[in-house]
Amino acid sequence: MIELLGWVPLFPLLGFLILVLAGARLSKPQIAWVGVGSVAVSALLVAWLGAEFLNGTLQPYSMVLGTWIAVGDLSVPFGFYLDALSVTMLFVVTGIGFLIHLYAAGFMKDDPGYARFFAYMNLFVAAMLVLVLADNLVLLYLGWEGVGLGSYLLIGFWYEDPNNGYAARKAFVMTRIGDMALLLGMILLFMHLHTFDIQTLMLRAASQWAPGATLPVAAAALLLGGALGKSAQLPLHTWLPDAMAGPTPVSALIHAATMVTAGVYLIARTHALFAMAPPVLDAVAVIGVLTLLMAGCSALAQTDIKRILAYSTISQIGYMFLALGVGAWSSAIFHLMTHAFFKALLFLAAGAVIFCFHHEHNIFRMGGLRRDMPLAFVSFLIGSAALSGLPFTAGYYSKHEILVAVYSVSPGLWMDACLGAIITGIYSFRLVFVVFFGVQPQGVEQRPCWRMSITLALLCLLALVGGMLHIPLDSVFSERFNTEQGFSLVSVFTLAAPFMGLLIAMLFYLHGGFSVEDLIGSGPINQIRMFWFNGWGMDALYDRVVVRPFKAIARVNKNDAVDSVYAAIALLSRGGYALISSTQNGCIRWYATSMALGIVVIIAIGWLS
Amino acid sequence: MSGIPMVQGLLLSVVLFVLGLVGVLVRRNLIMILMSLEVMLNATGLAFIVAGSRWGEADGQIMFLLILTLAAAEVGVGLGLALQIFRRWHTLDADVLTGMKG
Repeated sequence: MIELLGWVPLFPLLGFLILVLAGARLSKPQIAWVGVGSVAVSALLVAWLGAEFLNGTLQPYSMVLGTWIAVGDLSVPFGFYLDALSVTMLFVVTGIGFLIHLYAAGFMKDDPGYARFFAYMNLFVAAMLVLVLADNLVLLYLGWEGVGLGSYLLIGFWYEDPNNGYAARKAFVMTRIGDMALLLGMILLFMHLHTFDIQTLMLRAASQWAPGATLPVAAAALLLGGALGKSAQLPLHTWLPDAMAGPTPVSALIHAATMVTAGVYLIARTHALFAMAPPVLDAVAVIGVLTLLMAGCSALAQTDIKRILAYSTISQIGYMFLALGVGAWSSAIFHLMTHAFFKALLFLAAGAVIFCFHHEHNIFRMGGLRRDMPLAFVSFLIGSAALSGLPFTAGYYSKHEILVAVYSVSPGLWMDACLGAIITGIYSFRLVFVVFFGVQPQGVEQRPCWRMSITLALLCLLALVGGMLHIPLDSVFSERFNTEQGFSLVSVFTLAAPFMGLLIAMLFYLHGGFSVEDLIGSGPINQIRMFWFNGWGMDALYDRVVVRPFKAIARVNKNDAVDSVYAAIALLSRGGYALISSTQNGCIRWYATSMALGIVVIIAIGWLS
Repeated sequence: MSGIPMVQGLLLSVVLFVLGLVGVLVRRNLIMILMSLEVMLNATGLAFIVAGSRWGEADGQIMFLLILTLAAAEVGVGLGLALQIFRRWHTLDADVLTGMKG
């Protein structure tokens, strides 16, 4: 039955083709059936295949659908590779993908670009499935660029507003910087190991290279560059907050649950290579910690509900990178899965709030919504609890695993990560308290439709019990940490960190024991707040360091310095033409003189030589 | 038959040739150009005669006859063209007739 694996990415692709070719002629219910149905079929197929795989021997299964590129000794097949890691990713992509498609069928029902929206979404899901199933780096790169394209198209979905187009281009260009590094890494690996097949690559790398040598470090660093761009980590993270310009289901699917975790998947997939490059692995951990702290602080200062969630996504992926950096591969993937549950839930609940509350994004113009929107309130409560890692939610299990693993490697990093957990608690419950408590400024506009409600309810369930799901990732990753540590001061503090955050948020935002206004009123703190609000000035920095010099060079070079070489050649030949054509003056005596002189010259040459 | 001194004969031929060439180059009237051409041709002919007489061969005179025939044909065509040109443009000035200007 496992031979049906090849069909999994094909259904969304078919849905995309149908919607692109015939979308204009279909009615909205038909579009919804095609768009949601194609992903639903894939999800069912994955559930069936995945259950069979997990109940079996867990032996990796690979299948080749055909040859894609065959030139000389280079052969790139359409090959799929199924192991516990790709099964996990398949579950996340198709399962969460299906729920979000279902939600979007309700959320987007009044949009004129209904067919276009589902076409892009299906294209994205197909590309993401190719990415996680690919058995070689080239096919993975195809999926990698495919999801980038889907992300670009969907961020700029409402293209009438130039700002959305700008955000889309920014996302595309920023990730492209990373993609370039990934491409170079692939070429480096191929030049030295002569294959693109990931498993063969890992075996050959282990047998031909010494750990810590220059080549594995360079290759791992280049792959890391790709992962940083896609997963919005320092220093290539600035595109993600702007990517919130897209419709909310897009933010939930692409910029929270699936695509942005592709970098984590890439590192986990090539973990054998990273394990051979300790400096790069350390860099992964440090980048993860820095990102999670910076993004967490930025989330504290935001006022746009989606930007808060965007920064929290960056911060949570920072946790995954931290886990990867200390070698806790399966904890990273586990957190990836639970994060997909609760972050999709939070985004979709935020979408419901925005949808029902006059398309308002600013949380300080909301308030007291817990009475009018009980489902969104419960969703946010569960999602925020899971996000900050309160006990017995999905986020608790995965984050706890990561923190314990980090402590066994580096207590310093563990301290930072715990600080990050406190910040996570503050900003998630700040969001809940500001939006759902206090005074309601105006009534809600409309109710969420049944498709949105069902999705929220299912995701609430997943965010609660998702931590109990056990995927046997041990069959893929060899390193293991003993996460079943007993009662210790470390685990107590790890447990207490989110509660401290919750407490601080309650003091400031719920009962007003402290007032935020008093804090903001004093100058330096307000400056820090504005600094965090602007994402640590990274955008301004890039603007000054890259964008403006580039624009200045472009202005100086308006007439194209390189072109002047060719202009000079043209000028020379035109001058030569004018010179020579002036000798063709039609005057017969001039011709006769030229001939006579020429003959004299020729005779003189003959005489003198 | 050995009356023509070679050096003087060839010198005369060169002088005639240069005179003809200068005529071709400086005269503007087509008729005069044609006449100068005739002078040049006859200068060459003279060189052949002198050479033939020096070596006592008949080849020089045969070549002169050939050149004479050629000159007659050339003048026939040249004058015909000059006539046509005068009919069409009412001038024989070579500097005015620059219709082949590139």
